[in-house]
Formats: sequence, C-alpha cells, structure tokens
Amino acid sequence: MAKIVIDPVTRIEGHLRLEVQVENGRVTDAWSSSTMFRGMELVLKGRDPRDAWVFAQRICGVCTTVHALASVRAVENALGIIIPDNARLIRNIIECTQYIQDHVIHFYHLHALDWVDIVSALSADPAATSELQKAVSPTWAKASPAYFKAVQDRLKTFAGGGQLGPFNNGYWGHPAYKLPAEANLMAVAHYLEALDWQREIIKIHAILGAKNPHLQTYLVGGMAIPVDPNTQKAINDSRIGRMRELAKSALEFVQQVYIPDLLAVAGFYKDWAAIGGGVGNFLAYGDYPQSNDGSVESLLLPRGMILNKDIGSAPGAVSHEKVSEYVTHSWYTYAGGDEAALHPFQGETAPKYTGPQPPFDFLNTDAKYSWLKTPRYDGQPMEVGPLARMLIAYAAGKERPKALVGLVLKTLNVGPEALFSTLGRTAARGLETLLMAEQLMGWIGELEQNMGSGKLDIHNGEKWSPGSWPAEAEGWGSTEAPRGALGHWVRIKDGKIANYQAVVPTTWNGSPRDAKGARGPYESALIDTPVADPERPLEVLRTVHSFDPCMACSVHIVNTRGAELTRIQVTK
Amino acid sequence: MSADAPSLEARLAAQGISRRQFLKFCGALTATLALPAGYAPKIAHALETGPRLPVVWLEFQDCAGNTESFLRASTPSVASIVLEQISLEYHETIMAPAGHAAEKSLDAVLANTGQPFLAIVEGSIPTKDGGIYCTIGGKTALSIAESVCRKAAATIAVGACAWDGGWPGANPNPTGAVGVKTAVPGLKSLVNMPGCPMNVTNLTAVLAHFLTFKELPALDQEGRPLFAYGQLIHNNCERRGHFDAGRFVESWGDEGHRKGYCLYKMGCKGPQTYSNCPAVGWNDGTSWPIGAGHGCVGCMSPKFWDNTVPVYERLPNIEGFGVEATADKVGLTALGVVAAGVVVHGVASAIRAKSSPQASHDGSEVPATTTKKG
Repeated sequence: MAKIVIDPVTRIEGHLRLEVQVENGRVTDAWSSSTMFRGMELVLKGRDPRDAWVFAQRICGVCTTVHALASVRAVENALGIIIPDNARLIRNIIECTQYIQDHVIHFYHLHALDWVDIVSALSADPAATSELQKAVSPTWAKASPAYFKAVQDRLKTFAGGGQLGPFNNGYWGHPAYKLPAEANLMAVAHYLEALDWQREIIKIHAILGAKNPHLQTYLVGGMAIPVDPNTQKAINDSRIGRMRELAKSALEFVQQVYIPDLLAVAGFYKDWAAIGGGVGNFLAYGDYPQSNDGSVESLLLPRGMILNKDIGSAPGAVSHEKVSEYVTHSWYTYAGGDEAALHPFQGETAPKYTGPQPPFDFLNTDAKYSWLKTPRYDGQPMEVGPLARMLIAYAAGKERPKALVGLVLKTLNVGPEALFSTLGRTAARGLETLLMAEQLMGWIGELEQNMGSGKLDIHNGEKWSPGSWPAEAEGWGSTEAPRGALGHWVRIKDGKIANYQAVVPTTWNGSPRDAKGARGPYESALIDTPVADPERPLEVLRTVHSFDPCMACSVHIVNTRGAELTRIQVTK
Repeated sequence: MSADAPSLEARLAAQGISRRQFLKFCGALTATLALPAGYAPKIAHALETGPRLPVVWLEFQDCAGNTESFLRASTPSVASIVLEQISLEYHETIMAPAGHAAEKSLDAVLANTGQPFLAIVEGSIPTKDGGIYCTIGGKTALSIAESVCRKAAATIAVGACAWDGGWPGANPNPTGAVGVKTAVPGLKSLVNMPGCPMNVTNLTAVLAHFLTFKELPALDQEGRPLFAYGQLIHNNCERRGHFDAGRFVESWGDEGHRKGYCLYKMGCKGPQTYSNCPAVGWNDGTSWPIGAGHGCVGCMSPKFWDNTVPVYERLPNIEGFGVEATADKVGLTALGVVAAGVVVHGVASAIRAKSSPQASHDGSEVPATTTKKG
C-alpha cells in the first residue's frame, strides 16, 4: 500500500492537490484538495452592483466571460431587468464561442498528453500518418506526407536541441500509452494546429467583447457593443461577415479534426469506458436562452438532474433550494457546528486553516483538507459539466444530443453504460463542442436579421440609474460554464452589494468529503483507477483531467453576514 | 544550451517561414518597443543566434488570465518562433509532468547555476498567516517566489495581481495578497507588466528586447516598460476627436454610441490610464475596450480595483473639454503624481533615450510618470 501525492496537478487551471492510496495497482481511496484561496465575495461587498461583473469575471481567466455572465444575470434578476434581444444573442454567441475554444484547448493542450506520447511521434512514418489522417478525416487539407514530415522535423529540431521545455519529465514511454506512433504524430500536428486555431476563433470575443481574456462589453441590462448597419463603430455587415468566417472555421475544425481525433483515440482506449465512473448523479442549470421570457423551457441546453445513472427516465426538476454546502472537511468553520450543511443563502464563512504548516508532505485527510467547500444537492454529491449536460439533454429526449450520443456509442460499439466513465466524460465534451459549433452560425444570422430590420437595441436602461432601484433587492443568476453549473447570488442594499456569492462547477466536482464521509465526484471517480507505476501516476491524471478542473473558480467564500439574508426570489 | 542547437534559420525553414517574413516581424516588434527602425536587424540577429533562454512561469493566486493572454500571442505564426526562442521549463498550466516530476523540472533550472533563466510570475502572493492561502507541493507561494526570483536573471510580473496584489489585494484584502515587488523586496531586475490581463504583444516585445540587448527595456519608477505604459490612453484614443468636439455617448446604444462618440460620460478611465492599448489593440489588433464601445476600466493603473471604481462613474473635475493639457493633468492627478514638469509623453522620451544603441538604459533621461497611490 502506498499513498501518493500529486501536487501540483498540472495541465489544469489553478492549484489542485491529490492524495491517492494505491493497493495492488489500483486506487483504493482518494482525496481532492484545493490549496489556494483569495476571497472574491468579501472584495465585492459594498461595491456598485453594476461593477460586480468586472470583478467576478476575474475569478477565472480560463473560464473568462462565464462569471461576468452569471453576475449580470444575478443583478438583472434582482432588479427585474429584461435584456433586449440583441444582448441575448450577443451573449449566446460569446458563450458558445467560449465553449468551442475552451473545450478544444482542453482536449489538445490539457488532456491530450495523457493519451498521446510525444516522444513516440518522433519514430512515426509520415506517409503512414498521412494515410491515417485521410482515413479518419478525408476532407481535412493538412494531410500530406510532406506536412507530417515537416511537423516531425520541427519536433526533432526541438528535441534535438536538448531542451524539452514543458515536455521535459513527462511520462513518455509509460505502458499505459497505447497509440501507434502515427496516431501520436497526427495528434502532435493537431496540438500545434489547435494552438493557432484557438487564437483565431477567439477573435469573435474581441469583435463582440473588445478583448479576450476578460471581455469588457457586458452591462447590467445588456451589452455595450452597439449594433448599426450604417456605422463603422458598431456591429455591422463587415463584422457579421468576419464572425461568419470564424464560425465556419470553428465548425470545420470541430467536424474534421476534433471529433475524428476523439473517435480515433477513443478506439485505442476503450478500457477507459469502464474506469472513472464517479458518483453517478448529474446536475445542470441549463443555458442558452432561445427567447427573452426567462423561462426554463427557453433554454437550449436543458435544466435538470439525474440520480443513480438513470438516463431512462426524464430528468428531475431542479430547485436551487436543495443546494447546501458542508465545511466538515474544508478550512472554514460554521457557528452552529461543522457537521451541518447550510443553504448558500444562510451560508457563513470563517476561513480557518488547520492543515499542516508548510512545508509539508501530507495533509491530514481525516480532518479538514481543502479550501473547497462541499456542495451537495438534496444531500447528494453531483457531477456537473459536459457529461452532465449531454446526459440530461439525452434523458430529456433532445433530438440532436440524442443523435450525437447514439452515433458515438455505435461507432465505438459500446453500450450507454460506457458514458459513465473517464472516456465518456471526454467524449461528451467533444460532442457538446460539435453541438454548440452547429449553433453558432444561427445566432449570428439572427443578429444580422435584427440589424437588418432596424432592431438596434443593445441595452435596457430603465434601471440603469441606482435611483430607480428599490432599497433592497436580491437575485440569482445562473449559467452553464464549460465546466458545469454555475450560480451567482447577489443581495443589494441602498445601491450597494450587501452580499455576493458564487457556487462554481469545480466546487461541485472537486469537493472534499461531506459530513457523512461521502466522497466528491473526483474522489469517487478515482476509485479503482489502475496505477501501473506509482512513481508515474499517468492514469490518475487521465481521470481527473477528464473533469477539466478549474481551481481558481472553485474556491470562494460566502458572505460573512449570511444570517442576515432572507429568502431570495428566484424567477428563473 | 548545447553548441549544436539548430539555428533560428533552420527553425524558420522547418515552419515554412521566409527570412523576409521574419524580418518584417522584427520590424513590427521594433515598432511596439518604440525603437528606431534601425534596430530591426539587431533584434533579428539576436533571435537568430541566441540560445533558448530557460523560462520559469510561476502561478500563485492567479486566474490564469495572463497565461490565456500568452496563448493568444498573435503576430502571425512567426510569434511562435519567438516563443521557441525561450525554453519554457516550468508552467503548470501547460507542462506535461505533474507532482514530483514537475518539481524536478523546476529544481533542475534552479540547480543549473551556470545557465541564467527568466522568471515570469502570474498572480498575487498571500502573506497573511504565514502564507498558507496558497501552497504548491506543500510549499508556500511566498517561499517559492523567494527561492526562484532571487536566482533569476530577471523577473517579469505579469498582470495586475503580480504587480500590486490585483483584486485579491483589493479592500479588504482577506489574505494579505501582494505583488512580487513587495513579496520579494529589492529584486534588481524586475519588470512589472500590469493589466488585467497584460497584453501579450507587450510581453513578446519585452522578451525580444531581453534576448536582443541582454537587459530590460527602459522602465518607469514603478518598473513598467515605458514603451507600453508611458502614454496616456486619452492622448492616443481613436475617440479623442469626439472628446475635443464635445460629442459624447449619453446612454448605451444611443446614436452617439453607435457612431463611436467619446465614452467619458459613461465612466471611461482613459483620461487617467497609461497604456498602449489604443496603439496595439487586443487579439491581434482586432479591437480594444474603448474601440468596442465600453469605457476603459483603468486595469493598468495602480491598485485599480480600489482606485478606478466605480466603473461607470465619470472622472471628476475635467474642465474645459478639448484642452489636452487639462486631460494630462487629470491623469497625473488621479494617479497621485508629484512629479514636476509635463512628463506624460514617456514614449517620446523613451525613443530619445534609445536614439543610439549606446544610450543609457537606466531611465535617467526618462521621467517617471506615476507614483503609487495609497
């Protein structure tokens, strides 16, 4: 028996530490710890609620935009503001672009090296790689033997200099790597192509949001990017045209590179369809409103929950009132005792570090061991993210998600149970990317139509002035961030933020144990993961990376005066 | 660096990039750096012949926004060559190894005392309660910063957080978050590149400058490169003509907004923010905040989360619209500047200071533009 520590867990956002117990080549227990804390909610207190999104967006630069969106929605909800149709479309386009870019970066730049052995690519035959490329994606232009020879030469030049940089000390040659050399070379080529591609695709954010990361055109009540076919300084035909080009290129890459790669790689790793299952419960708030009525029905990605892997029935309804958070194993204390779970509205925060003094080798995982709190839904741990969304859409009978899931299961010749796994999680992210890339052009078209018909409104200014606000107001805003369900709650008093809080995807997924000792989704998913060599725990990285951890997002503190909170009206 | 490392020429060829394209790129870098055009060949020479400089990129109380900005380095494809000029030995978001294997990569850089390396720091550093609010591999961010930055040939603090604590350091600063200059006091070679995030165009330029001249570019008193932080946004703003003519956006989406009028009344902090945003733009020059239609939030300014808010409140006491001197005065006043004389045109000064390769780089000819407030 050995307890191994992985800290830092790399190729993620932020600071994650795993302690994993290994017996007879399998993980028998696991603890997920976040080792960084900042305190956004405290910083927001007393500030102008219209400024909140500028701050909150900075919770995370990888999930840039999503916290801004949840924040403006929370304030709009509190003040009863309906945004104009153009603002809805612009937000959908921005968020959709974020999904596509973020998921592709995750697959190629954060997750791929768990499956792809770069060193093996050096011995690939470029001609055979070309054949492989044409077989998996007949229409992708970058497929010639000369192209793959050039990529390989570039890699050889790089490695030949003796400075492997970020690839130094990787687990190259590990027995868990299964791809033939040619597949590795193809993947390396796409690693580099995706690096260029993401930089271009994200220009949709610059066009609509001024810059990326950390967009700057959100407003409470709408957006600050004007729409006018007859001026140079607004979204006009030229900018619509540019976004169309980018959207087309986004879809092409996803269809012709990402999905074929995903299927090709998955074919070699089918055993991972039986590893990394996790808690089997799934939650999604839903997102992408198709109208401005604020209804749950208007959401393209549906809201719902699934318990015990039951995708045969319709997903259960979601009520935020069933969300609660434990601090039993987190470095905080509750006035009424750390065994209780508190609804976020009644949440308390008193950070209290009781871990070992640095430098340390191990955490005391029997006690408190993380800066993450432990959110539970109706007492249950829930997985959030692309797999949750695709399963909920599948169970809700949404046509396109159902077809996509069916196609993948058929291609890989596996049953639906394969979805509850490391591989299923990684596949769901790819399918969702395709689903969203297919949507992008439609919203750009709707925006163009509005523009053509003289609908130029981008902002509802009725409640812009704090003088128009009630003395007190409260609201909730939700979104589906690329990594999963995200909620922001705000309470406004006398024109200022009285309380602010966020419950974030990686907090759901990466949470430590609750008062009953139940593991969080990362911890559960790691159980039974094979570990061929405890010194090189590649397999552990595969499973934890399949969740796409984002630690900066996940550590937050709720209000210090939570007891003052009364019930918040949730209209959405 | 081994002697038989391939030349840049070979690396360029491997990517199908012509020498002419490369020189053009060096010319663009020269422009960003506000160097005379004659410097382009010097930069090109340095990039061609220099060894790949090891770089350690540390992330502390960060959001990875500067890392994301770094990934958008966009001067078409050739920028990747410049990035291949460095050898990114440690960067948690990108590197293949994890845990002990990752620590090995960092230890190797620190152990190789014969090879200078560059440190880049992202995120603030918590100092309260012994620094337990950020640990990596069981060590505090504070101790890691101390051990790495002290040994580095130079340190670049990227983003507002690594400069002055950023938002984690904003009131009430729950974790005692500070920037590198406070956490590791007395560093001789420290460049501060504020912004939320910093603009990668400027980071690329600093790297090229360092590789070319083996020293840092001219800095102001805050350690910010003058080429990027020497000029007031307001003086280079594409909407300045509207400000001078008194044409303002009055409400979001109104005719003035659609026509690109001045955003001053909507709270724009351009009149007090020093940055080359208007010149270089974001995402390959695709846009920038004021260009898109939202005011500047002053993210390159000292302690901006406390000093340049509320975001939508207009700057006080700008009198006599259209008078440049007045706007300059506002900018300086807002930043708490005590310097005598009109010194806002820092880039012009920087160019003068750089008029020959022998010119002093100690910044003595270049007046400080700002001092930190509060």
